[in-house]
Amino acid sequence: MDNTIHTVTSPVMGTFYRSSTPDAPPLVEIGQSVTPEDIVCMIESMKIFTEIRCGKAGVVKKILVENEEPVMKNQALMEIEMK
Amino acid sequence: MTRGADKGKNMTFKKILVANRGEIALRIIRTCREMGIKTVAVYSDADMDSLPVKQADEAMHIGPALSRKSYLNQDAVIAAARETGADAVHAGYGFLSESASFAQACHDNGIIFIGPSSRTIARAGDKSAARQILIKMGIPVIPGSDDVIATPEAACDAADQVGYPVILKAAGGGGGRGMRIARNQKDLLAAFSVASAEAGAAFGNPALYLEKYIEKPRHIEIQILGDHFGNYVHLGERECSIQMRYQKLIEEAPSFFVDESLREQLGSTAIRIARAFEYFNAGTMEFLVDKDKNFYFMEVNARVQVEHPVTELITGIDIVRKQIEIAAGNELGLAQADILLNGWAMECRINASDPTDNFMPSPGEITSVIFPGGPGVRLDTHIHDRYMVSPFYDSLLGKLCVWAPERFQAVRRMKRALDEFEITGIATTIDFYKKVMTDDRFQNGDIDTHFLEHMVSL
Repeated sequence: MDNTIHTVTSPVMGTFYRSSTPDAPPLVEIGQSVTPEDIVCMIESMKIFTEIRCGKAGVVKKILVENEEPVMKNQALMEIEMK
Repeated sequence: MTRGADKGKNMTFKKILVANRGEIALRIIRTCREMGIKTVAVYSDADMDSLPVKQADEAMHIGPALSRKSYLNQDAVIAAARETGADAVHAGYGFLSESASFAQACHDNGIIFIGPSSRTIARAGDKSAARQILIKMGIPVIPGSDDVIATPEAACDAADQVGYPVILKAAGGGGGRGMRIARNQKDLLAAFSVASAEAGAAFGNPALYLEKYIEKPRHIEIQILGDHFGNYVHLGERECSIQMRYQKLIEEAPSFFVDESLREQLGSTAIRIARAFEYFNAGTMEFLVDKDKNFYFMEVNARVQVEHPVTELITGIDIVRKQIEIAAGNELGLAQADILLNGWAMECRINASDPTDNFMPSPGEITSVIFPGGPGVRLDTHIHDRYMVSPFYDSLLGKLCVWAPERFQAVRRMKRALDEFEITGIATTIDFYKKVMTDDRFQNGDIDTHFLEHMVSL
């Protein structure tokens, strides 16, 4: 049954951000429908921001990391329940 | 420190606080030690075991890893300087080095800021005001629209004034988005709506401005030194055209493209700009130079620059030592005729980024490192075996510099040094630079600011 879950992972060690700027609302919320191209979070590493795209269509099921928390390379960030 | 009575003679500091980290902190500490000046390192949680902390006479913890809570925290740095009794602060590059308010805070606390005055930093940092001052002085700047362009018609008017080709740029941000080149009015009308939409999507601000587009531009900068008594010299140029997304990666001095006449023009212009801003200490004036050797002023860098070693290698002048001597109130003690450029120097910025993955940052632990050495090699770095490259700071691991009597030998020497350099555990730019050193266009000096796009596409 796990094959219905798509895990979004971090491509790089850095800091996890749920929004694109400090004042902006979070890019996604739990329960929200997303497309593969949607940007779901940002990772800052070495002063460079990387936009993380969802990769698969579905619904955001879990957000596994708190805003501004450090993350490792390949760490799971979000779970997407695929349609 | 004493100043005033015996103007410009052998005044020095007892203790300097180094308000930075990494290779530049180490660089400053090295010169201080050679001058017999005590040093204080400041460090964040991430840098507790770093080489600058080990090499300095004293070290003070100033906060957590996040820069804005440590290296950018003015109050913490000033408190550390007061507590350790430092009589001066050297801020290196980045962080607080070009902060007018920090320079002022140092002054207000009776601490000498090693750099230009707070007022000069503020004036030079206000790009549009600086541009107006220089235009009045007859110094060439890149012709462009004075204000943002609201309509396609306004863009055409502005383009007619500066002459085609022109480039549209997003007012809200950089990085190439919202940027379009137009070679005639028809192109411009088409480009305007696309660039405006792109700028709106990327920055939430569709405003554009327009500049003359410089064909095959080179980024060439002049190092200057000035004391508190109105004496100035320039130390020749640095060629910084090898860039990726506006980040310099390889620099050399002198420039293959700059002849004696252009050097004299750029040098005297840089000194005129410095005088206009009442600039003292070390500084850099950046220019864009087109293929016909027309030059345009871009900006003042009011600090020591990352790439200063290439100038040191061809002039024999320790720029950090000069900064300290000038800040202590000494006269420059150099005339332009004393500045002789000898040989060729080149620097490769060794970064923790992966050229095979679109230069993605690659923080992590360095499991082992083998350093290059031998004739004509200088390496400024803070890394070592088992060094943890933190994701909190920029990706510069070190600067590999070489000197040789002429350019081709410098290129060969750089390739040899890169071949010796081995970093395991993380991705670096070392292998990418080996490709650049063996590229025909690079070897022939046929470079401009678009060169790396050509290299990456190979």
